[in-house]
Amino acid sequence: MMLLDFEKPIEELNEQLEKARLTHQKGKVDMSDTISQLEKKIESTRKTIYKELTGWQKVQLSRHPDRPYTLDYINGMTKNFVELHGDRNIGDDKAIVGGFAQLDNIPVMILGHQKGRNTKDRQFRNFGMANPEGYRKALRFMKLAEKFNRPIITLIDTPGASPGLEAEERGQGEAIARNLLEMSVLKVPVICIVIGEGASGGALGIGVGDRIAMLEYTWYSVISPESCSSILWRSWDYKEKAAEVLKLTSDDMLNNKLIDRVIKEPLGGAHNDPESMFKTLKTEIKKMIKELKDLSSEELISQRIEKFSEMGVYSEETV
Amino acid sequence: MSWFKRVKEGILTKTQDKKFTPDGLWYQCPECKSPQASKDFVANNWVCMTCDHHERIGSVEYFNLFFDEGKFTELDAHMISADPLEFVDSKPYPARIAEARKKSGLLDAARTAHGKMNGSKIVIACMDFSFVGGSMGTVVGEKIARAIDYGRENKIPVMVITKSGGARMQEAAFSLMQMAKTSAKLALLAQDGIPYISYLTDPTTGGVTASFAMLGDFNIAEPNALIGFAGPRVIRETIGKDLPKGFQRSEFLVEHGFVDFIVHRKEAKDKISNLLSMITDKKTRSKSDESAVTNA
Repeated sequence: MMLLDFEKPIEELNEQLEKARLTHQKGKVDMSDTISQLEKKIESTRKTIYKELTGWQKVQLSRHPDRPYTLDYINGMTKNFVELHGDRNIGDDKAIVGGFAQLDNIPVMILGHQKGRNTKDRQFRNFGMANPEGYRKALRFMKLAEKFNRPIITLIDTPGASPGLEAEERGQGEAIARNLLEMSVLKVPVICIVIGEGASGGALGIGVGDRIAMLEYTWYSVISPESCSSILWRSWDYKEKAAEVLKLTSDDMLNNKLIDRVIKEPLGGAHNDPESMFKTLKTEIKKMIKELKDLSSEELISQRIEKFSEMGVYSEETV
Repeated sequence: MSWFKRVKEGILTKTQDKKFTPDGLWYQCPECKSPQASKDFVANNWVCMTCDHHERIGSVEYFNLFFDEGKFTELDAHMISADPLEFVDSKPYPARIAEARKKSGLLDAARTAHGKMNGSKIVIACMDFSFVGGSMGTVVGEKIARAIDYGRENKIPVMVITKSGGARMQEAAFSLMQMAKTSAKLALLAQDGIPYISYLTDPTTGGVTASFAMLGDFNIAEPNALIGFAGPRVIRETIGKDLPKGFQRSEFLVEHGFVDFIVHRKEAKDKISNLLSMITDKKTRSKSDESAVTNA
């Protein structure tokens, strides 16, 4: 497992542990005491490190190459997944995946951004950056869910909507805008979860719902810390500072009432124990579906719009 | 020996006798460089007399252009932004806002008003590029959302004049959510069957394009306006080559099917009124309009 720079103390302890285990296996010396001590120490070091993570460290965690992606969650949480393809217009965007699946016995529409695991795969998925046809594909799936009265779950994990010639020609702005409008009046429950990166319009394009949740070590904002740094300080060197000022962590977002809840991750992040992460998320999603299932379409829509209408801080004093 | 002999030495006109030319009497078009009298240029709605270059103007000018006799009632005129994130880059956000206020004479990057356009009621929201690049923070989002509410309550058409670099970074995720807020309100407006016009002007990019700017029943653009999601600089850096001529300009958007038509600023009011008159019933028009119909 790849460790991040701030996890270096753990790396050293891991090496020691590895050595102790080797010696123990050879059978000459009984190292079990040292091993259990080291294991305890790793656990406590990890706890200390993870208790006080900075915004930038959480950004790093959200991008960890071993982190579960949308298809991992779908495979880990659901059964009978039937993947659907295409926007019925120009093609099938590989940066967005989705289809009908069962969450235990609840049939749902589940979709999200998909990133790649290796270089080839990353290119195939366009780094999780959707084109207009990706947003239109997502909308088609959501409309299907509405037609057949199934709740919608969207998993958000993108460094942003694809910036390119073709994306502009095919109306990237229009595609995202249309999703915002259509999602706000979907007649079925919509649950949106940030599972990694939530960058700007590219994330919001599948992010309008009745419940918005973020996994603990993810970020959600109007711009990535790197781009923010390059615009405000004209250099990429201030990304740590940008990550602080943007208040983009799950806790900040909850404090600012821009999301509804934060979902705990296993110690060390989702990639450290994917199975328990899948279990936690599944339980949380089922809880949210339960909260929403008895609401009428009208109630869902009016509460959803009301929630987004209240976002923002301003004053109306005469100056 | 020279052919002509100078009778008097040097220039003898006294400074106070020199012809007076006040600043701003002339306007030079940045596109075709042709000089013209400011008076004529303004009378031509801030459009170059030679090449039709549409100069960037603000809400003051647009309200004058669209509302009959320049008369309107402003909505939420006192709304000002807060600093929920206590955002500091090279200077604190409140200081940046104060500076923008002083420089532009405006309170934020959008103004909203209702009034009459060729006799029919309309509510117009207009963005101001001179205020932090027309960027959308909570105030812009909230004002536009309320303007749409006003249109719904009074059953009158809504027009938004867009001119913005996108979401305002200093309000981070708060700015982002304004995209969802305004789009959701437009969904309700659409359900009520009330017309929404997006009048796109130079430049309209980022989060504004990815929300209300692209959602018009009619997307109408001024000539040669830059309209896009990603900025040209970002795209150039991403693809590593120069962008084709006319890329992301109004004509390009018409060509690709995202804008209904391009309109010259001087014809905008009449053309939009005409369009609205064909799609609105009498009951959604103003009283004076109805009496005009009966009298005829």
